[in-house]
Amino acid sequence: MSAASGKNRGVMLLSIVAFGYAFLYVPILSVIVYSFNDSRLVTLWGGFSLRWYRSLLQDGDILSAALLSLQIAVISASIATILGTLAGLALDRLGRFRGRTLLTGMITSPLVMPEIITGISLLFLFISLGQWIGWPAHRGATTITIAHITFSMAYVAVVVRSRLGSLDQSLEEAAMDLGGRPFRVFFDITVPMIAPAMISGWLLAFTLSLDDVVIASFVSGPGSTTLPMLIFSKVRLGVTPDINALATVIIVLVSLGVITAAWITRRQDRH
Amino acid sequence: MSNSTRIDGRRQWMRWAVITPYAWLLLFFLAPFFIIFKISLADPVVALPPFTPLIDWAASGWARIQVTLDNYLFLFQDPYYVTIYLSSLKIAALSTVLCLLLGYPMAYFIARQPAHRRNLLLLAVILPFWISFLLRVYAWIGLLNTNGVINNALMGIGLIDQPLSLIYNDFAVYLGIVYSYLPFMILPLYANLEKLDLDLQDAAADLGARRWQVFVDITLPLSLPGIIAGSLLVFIPAIGEYIIPALLGGSDTLMIGRALWDEFFINRDWPVASAVSVVLLLILVIPMMWFQKVQGRQAEQ
Repeated sequence: MSAASGKNRGVMLLSIVAFGYAFLYVPILSVIVYSFNDSRLVTLWGGFSLRWYRSLLQDGDILSAALLSLQIAVISASIATILGTLAGLALDRLGRFRGRTLLTGMITSPLVMPEIITGISLLFLFISLGQWIGWPAHRGATTITIAHITFSMAYVAVVVRSRLGSLDQSLEEAAMDLGGRPFRVFFDITVPMIAPAMISGWLLAFTLSLDDVVIASFVSGPGSTTLPMLIFSKVRLGVTPDINALATVIIVLVSLGVITAAWITRRQDRH
Repeated sequence: MSNSTRIDGRRQWMRWAVITPYAWLLLFFLAPFFIIFKISLADPVVALPPFTPLIDWAASGWARIQVTLDNYLFLFQDPYYVTIYLSSLKIAALSTVLCLLLGYPMAYFIARQPAHRRNLLLLAVILPFWISFLLRVYAWIGLLNTNGVINNALMGIGLIDQPLSLIYNDFAVYLGIVYSYLPFMILPLYANLEKLDLDLQDAAADLGARRWQVFVDITLPLSLPGIIAGSLLVFIPAIGEYIIPALLGGSDTLMIGRALWDEFFINRDWPVASAVSVVLLLILVIPMMWFQKVQGRQAEQ
């Protein structure tokens, strides 16, 4: 009897899990399917077609917004990786130092800070700085990049810090004992060891930057519309078929990237 | 001796290295909060920027400080804002509970699988997180619309005659929040459950303890840190959420993120928008400090 009720519970657990995964993937799959729909009426199936992909390629606004977003994402992810790695190192390796609590607070808060507050407060900062020292004179790609660095370095720091915590420090200490200069030891030994965390941190920062609507809306200026801002202004009015096509392109690219990364990590773990 | 000087050298080097991220965060993360606080004490004016300077340099060179608490008084006297804060708290809390109810069984199931399957299942939870948040919320518009996929399917099989109103209401907002934040609930829960020796609990069950009893007495209390971390990761950002109520909510869906956006971009009342932000931050201080404590404990382990 106990085995039978255990089995029932197993079935119940399995159905909740199946429901959970369906919940996660049905919306994504429906966007992909409807991106190939010939009909302008988004929900009526009018046959298979690539017309929305063609119209996507001819849409100059979308292409230039995508280019701007990629540019901001690459630059902000790279700087955030450097700054976040340094912050993560300090928190893991420096032990107690003055201002440590404040740094810990400033590194973990952006992870849960509502974007809208980050956006408003950074806009006020940029306006105030503009009044006091004349910089930044305009808001645009630069101010968006600064905002993205600020919140994504926190994610990098958390990833790097957790990797450092699981590392054996004896290799670095041995190198020091053998007379290695701290700077050299850092680049020859520590960096290769935390490289996987730095790469995942960079990818995380890159993705977060490419995804941000709210903060960019506050700190951008005329003429600098990022891809998410453009998508948001279009989808506020409802479903548009060319956004389905764009979403499909992004979903396929991201999925390929994530699956490749997972495959590489698995192979490395085996060796 | 030489070793300790070396290590001191390293500490010295790192002390310099930490200055850049530290200064960056002070300037671009901490300083803005003081400015937002400052502006919340100013009077609105029709200008750009639309607020009065707090420090007014009089002809004699003396600084005259102008501070007003009107913006805060306005917030607490206006039943509209009090209702919005309460409604945001309610929506965030209920969404967190729903996330937990769906996320816990999933995390529990994944943690009990053999290693190779576990990685695959985990990847399937993480993948949507990497796909754009905005596009995933957008995907629901096509599903929930009056002539959307779900309504068409239900009418197609004859379950309903009239399309259900599934979108532009609170229901869609709950759905959107649970959907978007589910991975944030599952991942910390999984990290916690994976460390527990679930086999040991199976053994306890085999020795005659009831499975449910084992779960309630052992597994659930041991997984409390994961529950807290996951819940805070959903609850805190959900309170200030803007995109989801803007795309899926109705005109009567009251959320503070949306009210703040409108106050800022439509009413252009920056001092009131600042006061709204400061109050929101004060509401979030306790859960955020709690989150820091949980994070700190995890980093120590």
